[in-house]
Amino acid sequence: MAANSHDQGRLPAAFLRPGSSSFLDFLSDYAPERLPGSQVLPPVQGAVEAVHGTTIVAATFAGGVVLAGDRRATMGNMIAQRDVEKVFPADEYSAVGIAGTAGLAVELVKLFQLELEHFEKVEGHALSLEGKANRLSAMIRGNLGMALQGLAVVPMFAGYDLERERGRIFSYDVTGGRSEELGFAAVGSGSIFARGALKKLHREDLTEQQTATVVVQSLYDAADDDSATGGPDLARRIFPIVTVITEDGFRRLGEAEVSEIARTVTEGRLSQPNGPLAPVL
Amino acid sequence: MSTPFYVSPQQAMADRAEYARKGIARGRSLVVLQYADGIVFVAENPSRALHKVSEIYDRIAFAATGKYNEYESLRIGGTRYADLRGYTYDREDVTARGLANLYAQTLGNIFSSAAEKPYEVELLVAEVGETPAHDEIYRLPHDGSIIDEHGSVAVGGNSDQIGSYLDQRHRDDLSLGEALRLAVESLTRDSNGGERELTADQLEVAVLDRNRAQQRKFKRVSGPQLARLLDEGQTAPAAEESPESAPEDGDDEGK
Repeated sequence: MAANSHDQGRLPAAFLRPGSSSFLDFLSDYAPERLPGSQVLPPVQGAVEAVHGTTIVAATFAGGVVLAGDRRATMGNMIAQRDVEKVFPADEYSAVGIAGTAGLAVELVKLFQLELEHFEKVEGHALSLEGKANRLSAMIRGNLGMALQGLAVVPMFAGYDLERERGRIFSYDVTGGRSEELGFAAVGSGSIFARGALKKLHREDLTEQQTATVVVQSLYDAADDDSATGGPDLARRIFPIVTVITEDGFRRLGEAEVSEIARTVTEGRLSQPNGPLAPVL
Repeated sequence: MSTPFYVSPQQAMADRAEYARKGIARGRSLVVLQYADGIVFVAENPSRALHKVSEIYDRIAFAATGKYNEYESLRIGGTRYADLRGYTYDREDVTARGLANLYAQTLGNIFSSAAEKPYEVELLVAEVGETPAHDEIYRLPHDGSIIDEHGSVAVGGNSDQIGSYLDQRHRDDLSLGEALRLAVESLTRDSNGGERELTADQLEVAVLDRNRAQQRKFKRVSGPQLARLLDEGQTAPAAEESPESAPEDGDDEGK
């Protein structure tokens, strides 16, 4: 490892060289072997069996955006972990949720958080929300080789745009293609069902609390029809992760708040198993 | 063909040290003090954008005086080093001691290498601990030596005089307001014994606050908050107020 041998002596010239404020650029210059996704995998037959995380949903409301994810990780038809966390703060005004290969996703999020923090420290101010979304795009593209081997990582990025004063959602495909979503978005294996639910329930005039309830409803629907998505687990007290980003910054709802929402949603389903009904016309 | 003059190694080193010291002495001073809840950095710096005090990592901050381009490249190098180390191992494995060592090696190498001009900088690296006993402050002069400091330390132009002024008056249990006031008093003293006036907008102030809820303990203190803290330190030296209890603090940094 290059940096270990350098740790004893003076700062290597690469560290003192003026230039990019990006940690990713520095790392790919100085120690490219340490970038996740840089290894060339040996050819394998079929897809690699690895732990997968599943559904992430996001929805905007008047003062910001809610990003939430279920807690299940699967490996084939087995539940690998019941309480996995797939939604992370990226910095003070943004969050990232990841569906796909769990091991790579965690590493990618770590690097993304560091990228934003590094820029902020070097430059003295944070990147714009667009800038952050573009950096994430570049990182996903860097993982394309792995994705083609079946180890895809597909993130969803949400943040509060301090310039435009509203919450924004960005979704990605495996090649790093980025698109801004208006209103709501879902990604992962249960996303089809979650998106259907969001389409019927989401409105722009909802409050923060109502939006949080809507995303939990959509995750419930995803878990209802997708075996790889976990619903609220009242017995083990494992609830979805719900995060809210407003102009006050990132906040993860505490267990008390989420359990209350999850309980109301689950109780509602006892009388209406398919969830709230939308009017026909 | 002319023969180069013989210069004894002692003389060569003394000349280089003299050159660096003169460069540093031209810069304005900066002081670092331990107070009850952490470490406060106070620099005389009329610029809002060109910082003398910066964040390096969760608990580590960097302050420098001297030539801007030289300490700026050291600062960025330090940030890269800290972030790379934290990424490779863990956030806990980034320490001020490691960073100070690296800076000492770097400055020492540059100082004694005849091919490079010595850096005209003096650095401070500080790390706030869980308790005041675990706080660490390292002073790194231009020649690569490293000094472990406690309580208070001054670097820059008039540092000897400021340092001894601080030593006589500094206590470990100062409140932030008191520590700030003391720092400003020390900075306003001229080398010829006179006093100048320093207002809040001529100061660059930052703290490493061990009680800050976030993982990153570094925070700049400026604007109305700084003015209020300076007033409070002046009028009511015993007031117990920490920056975290100040009303406008924290609302712009969720997490």
